[in-house]
Amino acid sequence: MLTFIVRRLLWTVLVMFVITVVVFIIFFKTPGVDPARAIAGRNPNAQTLAEIRAQFGLDKPLPVQYALMMKSLFISRDLVSYSNQGLKVVPEIAHATPATLSLVFGAALLWVVMAIAVGIAAALLRGTIFDPLLMVVALVGVSAPVFWVGQIANMVSQGILHDTFLFSWVPPLGYTPFTQDPLLWFKGLVIPWITLSILYIGFYGRVLRANLLEVQNEDYVRTARAKGISERRVLLRHNLRTSMITFVSLFGLDFGALVAGGALLTEVVFGIHGVGYLAYQGFINLDLPTIMATVVYGAFFIVLANALVDIAYAWLDPRVRPT
Amino acid sequence: MATLLEQVEVDTELRPAVAGRNPWALAARRLWRNRIAMAALGVFLLIVVLCLAAPWYAHNVAHVNPFPPDLNGHTVVNGKVVPVMQQGGGTLHLGETPIGPTWDLSHYFLGADSTGRDVAALLLYGGRSSLLIGIGAAVLCSLAATVVALIAGFFGGTTDALASRLMDVIWAFPVYLLAISISTELLTHSSGFQFGPLHVSAASLWVPTIIIAFIYVPYVYRPIRGQVLSVVNKEFVEAAIAQGSGNLRLLFSEILPNVVSTVIVLLPLMIATTILTESALSFLSIGVQPPNVSWGTIIQDGTDLVYTRPWVTIAPGLMILFTVLSLNVFGDGVRDALDPRAKLRVEG
Repeated sequence: MLTFIVRRLLWTVLVMFVITVVVFIIFFKTPGVDPARAIAGRNPNAQTLAEIRAQFGLDKPLPVQYALMMKSLFISRDLVSYSNQGLKVVPEIAHATPATLSLVFGAALLWVVMAIAVGIAAALLRGTIFDPLLMVVALVGVSAPVFWVGQIANMVSQGILHDTFLFSWVPPLGYTPFTQDPLLWFKGLVIPWITLSILYIGFYGRVLRANLLEVQNEDYVRTARAKGISERRVLLRHNLRTSMITFVSLFGLDFGALVAGGALLTEVVFGIHGVGYLAYQGFINLDLPTIMATVVYGAFFIVLANALVDIAYAWLDPRVRPT
Repeated sequence: MATLLEQVEVDTELRPAVAGRNPWALAARRLWRNRIAMAALGVFLLIVVLCLAAPWYAHNVAHVNPFPPDLNGHTVVNGKVVPVMQQGGGTLHLGETPIGPTWDLSHYFLGADSTGRDVAALLLYGGRSSLLIGIGAAVLCSLAATVVALIAGFFGGTTDALASRLMDVIWAFPVYLLAISISTELLTHSSGFQFGPLHVSAASLWVPTIIIAFIYVPYVYRPIRGQVLSVVNKEFVEAAIAQGSGNLRLLFSEILPNVVSTVIVLLPLMIATTILTESALSFLSIGVQPPNVSWGTIIQDGTDLVYTRPWVTIAPGLMILFTVLSLNVFGDGVRDALDPRAKLRVEG
């Protein structure tokens, strides 16, 4: 087990290294783009350009340039946003993280509970009209663009029906930190949580239903039936456990991706100033340092999350360890 | 149960010659019989035809050019001539509000956007970009993934390890953040780029197409590589080697035909995914650039009008929803017809 963990972590470090190299190539070596001019944002003056050239050693050999980029990202963490009056970028990301975590945790809770309910209901109701009906609804959820669902939700809750009892409790768009006002934090996040989870409820519900039906003819399920356990109990206690394996591993990947900026569309639509929103603002202001930092930190988070999922997996299920 | 058995008996009586057909014909027939999948294909083709008819609709029915802003235009509603941009509309009765839906196909059917352009005509033109990018990116991505997967699976060893690790690295990037990085780099360079002999302007539809194709290569690569690995040591490949076939011949005549079905199963689902991604990128204004429009850019334009002229937002979203839904349903049908046991991942 220890060798597995060590190997997995070494591999993680290697992937992180390659990621930084890819980022370096995108931001400093895109053919035909002057990196200093790109980093400096709109209408740079000659002094700023000279500063950037010196800071990133753009006249020095490639390995030095790479090392300087890494230094400003991870060691001195003094990467500066030129479009944003010299604001330091890395602390900005740390500052934006709680909003993203609030959004993703709530949505994840909602989608896990709802997806399990949908998957089990569809499997239990197989052969009735409700199973295909549930699956069609789930597929609609998978096919709707999340930012559009968010816009429609805003249209209804902030506009058309805002003055009725249904949505009069919805606060204006934006994020209130939990420490500042827990109730407002909750109220402001309810609709974003629902919006973000719709896609995943549909997708996970379909996956769970498929898995539940797939293991239906396994030997241990037949044994359970032969023991005289009721059909419902077989489904919940025997089928569901194995079916959850796929569910859990998918969940680890999606959750990691969302925390690392994947919830960007929801954050933009609802004005939640999280990590994805930060990257989007970086794009709007042509603020390359911000984008660079969010991409690197986001990718690192995903790689780490994946490694943790794998290790947890190996710990739970010895069969996967040798790989 | 009884009905199922009857069905089987009727089938064998009517078609005793089924056993001799090739697997593609069998799959095509299974697909043809799947009424829901065929209906979904019908919906998708209808949307494609409607979008292809965009210039015809704009010139002959709506009589507008939907691309230049038209702040001083006039149109006819209930026989009266009214301005397209109306003074004092909206809840606050301030400023100019574009005309709302008239539900009259020849006069601003869905109303106008914030610069007085005909939304219905834009919607069809936007669909052309969305479909073109979606289909183009899915095809490019599948081609690239298939080539890499064939090479990785066939040569194995270090080649396979390198290719697979590279795919892992690309997949580790947050999709939208990677797209933002690449687009920012490319878009800061407004005069376009020179890739060898090719010149691509920054507003070209190729830019989002290639970005989207690139970010999904690892996603398509994995199942195809798995399929290559599962056939590469089969007897028919050994037989071909014994007959003296070279690597190229082995790859293209022996292995490729056996992984094509995996690619075909993935394709409609990939188009659904790439269309969703295109709309998201265009909504964030890192996808399709003006003067081109796509469903995503129309929804973005509709953001400021969402409380006064909701149809600018609702209509393109419904188009995306119907397109992606029809592709997902059709894709499920293709999968059931070709490979009933496959489990695939559809992502938004």
